[in-house]
Amino acid sequence: MEGRPAAQPVRTHPALNGLLHLQTGATYGVSSASLAALLMAGPSVDGAWCAVVGTGELGVEAAAMFGVDLDRVVVVPEPGDAWLEVVAALVDVLGVVVVRPPRNVPTPKDISRLSARLRTRGSILIVWGDWPRCDARVGLTDVEWHGAGWGNGHLKARQATVEVRKGTAPAAQRRLWLPDVDLSCHPVVEVAALAALETLGLSSVETTRSGLKGRFAPTSTTEVA
Amino acid sequence: MRTMVVWCPDWPVMAAMAEHPAGTPVAVFEKGMVLACNPGARADGVRRGMRRRDAQSRCPGLVVADHRPEVDARAFEDVLLAIEELSPGVAPLRPGLCALRVPEKFYAGEAEAAAVIAERLVDLGVWDVRLGVADGLFAAEQAARRSLAQDVFIVPTGESAAFLADLPIEALDATELVSLLRRMGITTLGAFARLSAADVHTRFGHHGALLHRYTRGLDPHPISRRSVPPELTAALALEPPLELVEPIAFSLRTTAERFVTDLAAHGLVCTMVRIEVDSNNRLGSVRSWMHPRWFGATDLIDRLRWQLAAGIPGAVDGVRLIPEVVEPLSDHADSLFGGAPDDRVVRGISRVQGMVGHEGVLSVGVQGGRAPADRTLTAPWGEQPAEVRPIERAWPGRIPAPAPATVFTRPAEALVVGAEGQPVVVTGRGSVTCPPERFRASSDVPWQPVASWAGPWPIEELWWDEVASRRIARFQVVGVDGSAWLMVVENGRWFTEARYD
Repeated sequence: MEGRPAAQPVRTHPALNGLLHLQTGATYGVSSASLAALLMAGPSVDGAWCAVVGTGELGVEAAAMFGVDLDRVVVVPEPGDAWLEVVAALVDVLGVVVVRPPRNVPTPKDISRLSARLRTRGSILIVWGDWPRCDARVGLTDVEWHGAGWGNGHLKARQATVEVRKGTAPAAQRRLWLPDVDLSCHPVVEVAALAALETLGLSSVETTRSGLKGRFAPTSTTEVA
Repeated sequence: MRTMVVWCPDWPVMAAMAEHPAGTPVAVFEKGMVLACNPGARADGVRRGMRRRDAQSRCPGLVVADHRPEVDARAFEDVLLAIEELSPGVAPLRPGLCALRVPEKFYAGEAEAAAVIAERLVDLGVWDVRLGVADGLFAAEQAARRSLAQDVFIVPTGESAAFLADLPIEALDATELVSLLRRMGITTLGAFARLSAADVHTRFGHHGALLHRYTRGLDPHPISRRSVPPELTAALALEPPLELVEPIAFSLRTTAERFVTDLAAHGLVCTMVRIEVDSNNRLGSVRSWMHPRWFGATDLIDRLRWQLAAGIPGAVDGVRLIPEVVEPLSDHADSLFGGAPDDRVVRGISRVQGMVGHEGVLSVGVQGGRAPADRTLTAPWGEQPAEVRPIERAWPGRIPAPAPATVFTRPAEALVVGAEGQPVVVTGRGSVTCPPERFRASSDVPWQPVASWAGPWPIEELWWDEVASRRIARFQVVGVDGSAWLMVVENGRWFTEARYD
């Protein structure tokens, strides 16, 4: 086809740097709402319009916390039978379309037509749920919430390992604060690793350390990917 | 110049009575004093200028209404329109009072013209209407005040001065001057008129001189008529009536284009339009539509199509496009460096609205509230949200950040039990009977032990309202698998409101 744009890199949330880089025309599968919001945030900051189709359950306040600009978000909670037409029409004009697949998943033929549409229009499809064909699947494991005690405190921060699977390759992993107590999302930096870097005299460490101030010590010792 | 004044006494109360059943005593108050009251209240002894407490003690069933000038003006607009239908060029003086040139030639006489206008207004429901005809505005107003209900008082040509001469000096609407004149022994307008004009001007200044001229039957002010607002409504009549949506939408094309060009000729664009569809010579469906920018011809046709798709009770024989909100074109000009949403995006989303309906596409935002669902603000795309709760208020009892990523549209029924399997209950003092040990967030997830929990955040919402009041308590519950949930307990039943996933 003439004039078909090649896959272009799209701005991605800095917490995912080196782990996953969004590209136009691609389909990403996510397992949870916060991951959907995290993937939306990058293009949204860059001025892309986003749509959420098939669910009205994505927490808008949480999405805003991840960096999604709500002024450029439209939600189609119940597309009904017109599911595929609605998604196709939105893919035509918007930068990011988040879908919750309907109970009767579209046929492989419909899906391949939709991905062809995505590639021509340079849009990104984020599927929150099961989807037969994804360029990458992003999931959360080892979720650990901080802040809640036994009848005291409240949920403040979460550490989780983000897994990105592309095809049959082994999953790339990274431990993230999702979110941290200051509601930002960034990789977990181990205290030991931090000390090691400091002895090496790396200047970039200072900023990371200041970010750690006032935070309770991360308890996990998962490796930094 | 012959002038007719139409006076509707007690207009504030007439406007306020529209909201109350006929026969109830109503009084309109301003600054705690009676401004106007209806005959029902007057019969019980309520008078103008009376204090609220006194008025209520004389008439216990009195309906107290606050004076709202804008309501008066809006209600009087109907009267002006009705008079304008009979005779163009009405000058509104204040709500309840307007003036016009006497259309005597058309109606074959002043009394006849007045009768026609009175009849029209009585039809409109304004039963107490009084008309006065005289040579000038001031004299005509005084004549109207001396007229009986639904009648006219005509002062013959050239006799205005004689008519005014017998009136008490209080007819002048100038409290200080009247009080002074009274102390000077001048008690009628005639006595004031007999003073020399030069003396009055020297002693009382310009305003006094003007009033002096009025009393002599000279009226320097011609009526300044209001200009009739331009007709912007566009109508389409279908003969024969059509039943299918597409032919109707196609027929509307020319009308819609004319509607938009007419507005543009006045330098206006329409941002809110009311579409009225007639079927079987009756009003079939009415809807107001808003547009994120302004309506073009194709937008109007789309809106009509959606409206018809919602259902029409038969063959359509007429469509009217009525602009409800028009704004100057200059306010909507494209700025040099963008700013308005991309045209392509707007069109694409409008297309989706065409598929799933106007309310099917929502724009979202965050507003104030306690529950996560309350904090979500949604409005049909392109419309302003009707009511926004301010976010900067305190909202005591709300769950601290971070916000949950999944907010269930319908809370799922959950089960939370203590160590021995007994239900966990929140007491009236806001503490739990036993710590939760195991829970099931909804019927489609398995039971699991509680890893940690926080709460309860008890909330007593709307405690002053017996029907709507709720006593609830919220909990954050984290399972051993790392999943975190926001749960709410009400009357011993647990629900999952949101998930931190």
